[in-house]
Amino acid sequence: MSEKQASENPGVSEKLIFEKGAPGRRAATMTAMDVPTESLECMIPAELLRKEAAPLPEVSEMEIVRHYTHLSQRNFGVDTGFYPLGSCTMKYNPKINEDMAVLPGFAHIHPLQPENTVQGAIQLYYELEQYLAEISGMARVTLQPSAGAHGELTGLMLIKAHHESKGQGHRNLVLIPDNAHGTNPASATLANYKAVEVKSDPTTGGIDHDHLKSLLDAHGSEVAAIMMTNPNTLGLFDSSIVEIAQMVHNVGGQLYYDGANANAVLGITRPGDMGFDVVHLNLHKTCSTPHGGGGPGAGPIGVKEHLVKFLPGPLPARNEAGEYYWQDSGPESIGKVRANMGNFGVLVRAYTYIRTYGPDGLLHVSQSAILNANYLKHELASDYEIAYPQTCQHEFIATAEKQKEESGVTATDIAKRLLDFGMYAPTVYFPLIVHEAMMIEPTETETRETLDYFVSTMRQIAEEARTNPELVKTAPHTTPIGRLDQALAARKPNLRWLPGQETTH
Amino acid sequence: MTYIPNTPEDQRLMLETLGLSAMESLLTPVPEAVRLRRPLDLPAALAEPDLKRLMGKMAARNQTLDTTISFLGAGSYDHAVPSVVPHLQRRSEFVTSYTPYQPEVSQGMLQAIYEFQTMVSQITGLDIANASLYDGATALIEAVLLALGPGGRGEVVISQGVDPQYRRVLHTYAHARGFTVIEVPTTNGVTDLEQLNEAVKATTAAVVIQQPNFFGCVEDVHAIEPIAHKGKAVFVSTITEPASLGLLASPGEYGADLAVGELMSFGNTMSYGGPALGFMAARNKYMRLLPGRLVGQTIEEGEAKRTGYVLTLQTREQHIRRERATSNICTNQSLLAVGATIYMAALGKQGLRELGELCLQKAHYAQRQITAIPGFKAAFSGPFYDEFVIESPARIGKLQQKFEQAGIIGGYPLAQEYPDMPNAMLFCVTETRTKEDIDSLVEVLKEAQA
Repeated sequence: MSEKQASENPGVSEKLIFEKGAPGRRAATMTAMDVPTESLECMIPAELLRKEAAPLPEVSEMEIVRHYTHLSQRNFGVDTGFYPLGSCTMKYNPKINEDMAVLPGFAHIHPLQPENTVQGAIQLYYELEQYLAEISGMARVTLQPSAGAHGELTGLMLIKAHHESKGQGHRNLVLIPDNAHGTNPASATLANYKAVEVKSDPTTGGIDHDHLKSLLDAHGSEVAAIMMTNPNTLGLFDSSIVEIAQMVHNVGGQLYYDGANANAVLGITRPGDMGFDVVHLNLHKTCSTPHGGGGPGAGPIGVKEHLVKFLPGPLPARNEAGEYYWQDSGPESIGKVRANMGNFGVLVRAYTYIRTYGPDGLLHVSQSAILNANYLKHELASDYEIAYPQTCQHEFIATAEKQKEESGVTATDIAKRLLDFGMYAPTVYFPLIVHEAMMIEPTETETRETLDYFVSTMRQIAEEARTNPELVKTAPHTTPIGRLDQALAARKPNLRWLPGQETTH
Repeated sequence: MTYIPNTPEDQRLMLETLGLSAMESLLTPVPEAVRLRRPLDLPAALAEPDLKRLMGKMAARNQTLDTTISFLGAGSYDHAVPSVVPHLQRRSEFVTSYTPYQPEVSQGMLQAIYEFQTMVSQITGLDIANASLYDGATALIEAVLLALGPGGRGEVVISQGVDPQYRRVLHTYAHARGFTVIEVPTTNGVTDLEQLNEAVKATTAAVVIQQPNFFGCVEDVHAIEPIAHKGKAVFVSTITEPASLGLLASPGEYGADLAVGELMSFGNTMSYGGPALGFMAARNKYMRLLPGRLVGQTIEEGEAKRTGYVLTLQTREQHIRRERATSNICTNQSLLAVGATIYMAALGKQGLRELGELCLQKAHYAQRQITAIPGFKAAFSGPFYDEFVIESPARIGKLQQKFEQAGIIGGYPLAQEYPDMPNAMLFCVTETRTKEDIDSLVEVLKEAQA
């Protein structure tokens, strides 16, 4: 299949870049060798030189442009269409954010430049820290962690340092609700904690108080922390958060807030006011920085006063003359959690976003996200079971239980069928406690018309499930490629191209 | 409002559908005790043109590498990025997508990552690579955790030739996870082989070096390999300057089990050090222990059997395995991986080699010129790549002053990290520095010495 045909027929697989080009062909031209040279062997012993050149592709610039343009056309983003992926907050990524992040003054600076040459960068750190501290209700914030899970681990390290400083280093349990994100227990393990599951209440969707109480009664002195999202992954706000905070604090535990769902709380409530000691925010969710196909993100950590001394350093500071500088962390700091100061490019975008909205705007963001989710929940209830019918916050769970029982159509099938209508799928089979879960988060940036289109499509799919289930079970039908053999991929992993390997069309 | 398309009238109609008259009714689950009954204390909203003006001013307070001659490296390297890279990397279908959970509409990102995994394998000379990690430092941590295994206990030996920031991060994790780190000093700028040999025991879980190391020195990896492998340890090579792979022996060639490091400088902006692009390449036997996302090639379930790509071996990952996952990583650095992939395709087989030699030759020219100035000495006598340490006869503070006056950003002063080298500076010369740049640096140093 020629390249021309591939571009005109989206149903044809794109060859790999390694299958294109010809020996001797190239794209980039290198800068001139403008210095006197020496022979390689004079500089590097022969045995330390590379024997064989890395077999990178040999392609022209035009081939590269066509290839990656085609790939981009085979990829669905928020700019392509509705992306109701629950707990991922796939809101619109404003274009001004992208422009600001690539201003040379932000994009072309070295992390080790003298402070007096990067006053604008440190200022941005300084101000963004203050904004995020205000939004989360915390004393200070480190912008170092690279993503949510990285923030979780950093937060647990801070909690560990706190307990150790109190002679409580033996505390080794972290309580995690059964509907938590998978990163929570994984982060707990990495911090050498044992994850203990707390049941959720099947009616309220919040934490089961009796179960929590029994865990705290039995193991209170071993509990290091509880990790919670509020609203949780069911999209429900746990109204008894103040009592939960009291119960955990009473036994000496700390409260960790997973900020994955913070798009529901801006200006409405703050984790700090709920009683949390540590919070991470996913700037790639709440603050609109793009997800980039899986990253980069940023997972700043906010802490209450008693944990400030443990924060990774350095932290941005400002002297009386108005000059910004990096203040080294004190002796009790847990140390650095990555090289340099964080995902600055992401932070520039988040800063731009916060300045775009201001306080009233951010409140309106969360209110609108909540309204959109409740609207969808209400409209889908005619055709789908809603796992928790009460008022939701930024997201909710519909299920395919009814469809599965009636015609064998599953959440996966419905997700795949949605793709045929030019929309991405909800998060499916999560949280794990809900069967056939479809977690739907519309965000605040969608029009009423788009929401209505989603509703009518979901209703149509429900109708198809009743009248023509095969159509749904074999979906998608209009995407560049059909369902792929996942089992084969896992059984005979092929993680890289090797010479001789050919793409089949 | 800005990016909220629904008007008050839209919202009123939607509320009406819900049988409600005010937004406030939707907030009843949030108890009054925790409601914020005041506006957030943030600056007022700014319209796009006003915000651009403000951000432009803030950005202008930073001295950029476009207009300033800089000799800083030390983990972050300035390599020229062909125009083709950002033009394609910033296509919004890549930028605004998420982790490709629905492969049917995510083939573009999946295939790009598969190509990234292939190219990382090719440049490191190893069998496989993952889809990216946060940065070089955390990639090193992930390698160590892989070597330690599920319990996370044991001993890790690391050379002091490894970037001090990376080692600091390792100590942070070691404390939390409960493993032991043994640092092996350097002699003449490279890992002390005798002390390395003493430190590595039969039970050592991992031996970690950096090539070229933090001082820019080229380690004698062929002598290190048998020491690293005398017990059961996993031999981890860290690469922070990937241009070196155009010229120096690859980790695969010298027997490393894992290669980790930083690829940000390949096609991405430096952005004050982040977002960065951590990578991990490995021998096949570690496939099912790797952290993070992996993309695999497969075929369609249906009749056509067309080639396609999926996230695979997901039972290693946190969203499936939860507390028993190989890592907690979820969000990674996909978009930077796309940038690096396009960059490596643009350089190609020949270009990577040329890049490797350009950096080497320019750095060596600079080092010869500097060490020809009376009083300035090379701190170490062994082979180096595109960074080198100079002992200055003048105090570093004075040098910095001279650089500032000349509008140059000099090298990286080592005193803070290495107190026994109070007057040493680490200079980096990549292909982006011209002979003229280097000569002007030499002039400044001459003046400082005078």
